[in-house]
Amino acid sequence: MSEIAVTSSGRSRGVKFRPVTQDSSFARYTLIATAVLFLALFLFAPLAIVFVEAFSKGIGPFLTAFGDPDARAAIRLTLLVAAISVPANLVFGLAASWSIAKFSFPGKSVLITLIDLPFSVSPVVAGLVYVLVFGGQGLFGPWLAAHGVQIIFAVPGIVLATIFVTFPFVARELIPLMEEQGKIEEEAALTLGASGFKTFLTVTLPNIKWGLLYGVLLCNARAMGEFGAVSVVSGHIRGLTNTIPLQVEILYNEYNNVAAFALAVLLAGLALVTLGLKTFLEWRHADALSGRARRH
Amino acid sequence: MLTRSPDALAATEGSKRGTSIRIEGVEQDFGAFPALRDVSLDIQPGELVALLGPSGSGKTTLLRVIAGLNSPDRGRILFDGENATNLPVQDRHVGMVFQNYALFKHMTVADNIAYGLRVRPRRTRPPRAAIKARVMELLQFVQLDGLGGRYPAQLSGGQRQRVALARALAIEPRVLLLDEPFGALDARVRKDLRRWLRDIHKQTGLTTVFVTHDQDEAMELADRVVVLNEGRIEQIGTPEELYDRPASPFVISFVGEAVALPVTISDGHVTFGGRELHIDTHGLRSGPARVFFRPADIAVTAEGSGDLEGRVESLRRTPAGVRATIAIDGYDQTLEIDSPLDRSASLGGRVPLSLAKARIFPADENGDYVNAGDGI
Ligand SMILES: Nc1ncnc2c1ncn2[C@@H]1O[C@H](COP(=O)(O)OP(=O)(O)O)[C@@H](O)[C@H]1O
Ligand SMILES: [Mg+2]
Repeated sequence: MSEIAVTSSGRSRGVKFRPVTQDSSFARYTLIATAVLFLALFLFAPLAIVFVEAFSKGIGPFLTAFGDPDARAAIRLTLLVAAISVPANLVFGLAASWSIAKFSFPGKSVLITLIDLPFSVSPVVAGLVYVLVFGGQGLFGPWLAAHGVQIIFAVPGIVLATIFVTFPFVARELIPLMEEQGKIEEEAALTLGASGFKTFLTVTLPNIKWGLLYGVLLCNARAMGEFGAVSVVSGHIRGLTNTIPLQVEILYNEYNNVAAFALAVLLAGLALVTLGLKTFLEWRHADALSGRARRH
Repeated sequence: MLTRSPDALAATEGSKRGTSIRIEGVEQDFGAFPALRDVSLDIQPGELVALLGPSGSGKTTLLRVIAGLNSPDRGRILFDGENATNLPVQDRHVGMVFQNYALFKHMTVADNIAYGLRVRPRRTRPPRAAIKARVMELLQFVQLDGLGGRYPAQLSGGQRQRVALARALAIEPRVLLLDEPFGALDARVRKDLRRWLRDIHKQTGLTTVFVTHDQDEAMELADRVVVLNEGRIEQIGTPEELYDRPASPFVISFVGEAVALPVTISDGHVTFGGRELHIDTHGLRSGPARVFFRPADIAVTAEGSGDLEGRVESLRRTPAGVRATIAIDGYDQTLEIDSPLDRSASLGGRVPLSLAKARIFPADENGDYVNAGDGI
């Protein structure tokens, strides 16, 4: 109310205030132009270069890059890692956000802080921690070796590192959403005779499904694209422990630009699809996502 | 007016006899905070009971304890004499209408109502067609025919409330529990719905407990009113009993308007600002006390016979006579008194006042006013 009054009285004084308006619109366009230029330079240009480089020698060499067994192994490994870590984090994220949002228990704030840990810890450090714990010279290394289990420099290590790096995504999305919704609908379902599990399936899940999809999307993009943590635990064994990002780096270091960028196109494509779906969710289901998620 | 087709209900609920609820010494703590303290209450089959109290007095907590959504720290809940304290909420068969209705946002009105039947285990679940028929019947009963396909967001507050009630009735509950059923509605709708709830109760015969902080609502609707204050029951009684024989200063102040005068009792005589009030103290201890009376129980009286004296602050003509605002000597608030025309008082003039009825509550050692004494 009062804001409207101020605006209209400012306008009625007219001319006197016009320079201010001009100034602010000048500032506005300068800021917008800066932002657009920045995005073009640092986001759009690199993305375009990825595609340009990948097809620089035509479609033939681009496709040949995918014929390479090592490249295929890297793609398979990336899919496998995502197929394990995303569902794992889905379950973890649901359990964590459910308990945080719907119950009060001692240590709740500690748990919330821990969930954020991967965001604040460098992925390289995370990888190193896994090496220190499970590596040959590590805490459990000798015991694991004695039982013929290899974690570091093998697929299990890559999966563990990926799970660590990506576990905040689903939980972070769901906690504010579930807190916002409270547990009143679940309680209504219980009084109507529904079991706990049925309540979860018929009331909780439908209420969080778009938020959950949103979290899974971000989680998956990160799981497939993670470099740092995976790089430390992988050992870079060609055809065995290289994920797509690692394979891209190897090919690039060998000056095999077309092959490197061809694989990079996959990651860039994944990013674009994720972005597209994310935008769609935000546009179509804004009300079903938490306020925090919409600000992403 | 809002209700129709009682036959629809008779077919579904009519044959049911109400369930009795017994609450024995129930206590509920939230951390160090006692939300319910030694609450005991017997609710008769088919009774309509109101839980009345200010915000934070524990009404919702008590309702949730009855429903099984909270498990009390001490005490027992019995349904029809059977201990239900440890019965899970799903097995209590209570129809609960939550404060903001708690409708399932992502389901249509019809799906909301059908929910309690659909989630039953296969063995006791009615066939699809029977569920559908039941939903239609309930929609009609709550006057929402044709709105079954809407989502809760597309309904008005009053309509949502009726959906919540239909959903609760669908499971053929043993008792009906309503938390501030009219709290979120505007004043006019509230009045209509009061009568409607009364009708529903009559037709279903269900033992019904509803929570309210509105004393008019409690007094108009309930067979008996339970007054809660700071987690304790202050009084249980019919609306008449609460009006005529309030058991505590809290009840007399909360249920209706009351004037409280600080008085002194000495040797059976009650004095206020040096004047004696003719109040029977029958054996009350000497010392400080407080006299409570309703504004309606004070009147302008003949010269020389008043209990109190006051000064006329303003006069206003009403259809029945004159409404005078009077400042009582020694009391810091004014009160309005309706008097017939012929007792003409002049603005600024002094008038004698007589008390028709009053309650006196002596102070205890802590200065609290606890024990009731009878009126004049
Ligand atoms: N789950 C809870 N945790 C902590 N305190 C609670 C909880 N539920 C209710 N309370 C407290 O208990 C008291 C009674 O609450 P409630 O029964 O909701 O009051 P009313 O319904 O009469 O307004 C309030 O002080 C409230 O803050
Ligand atoms: Mg309440």
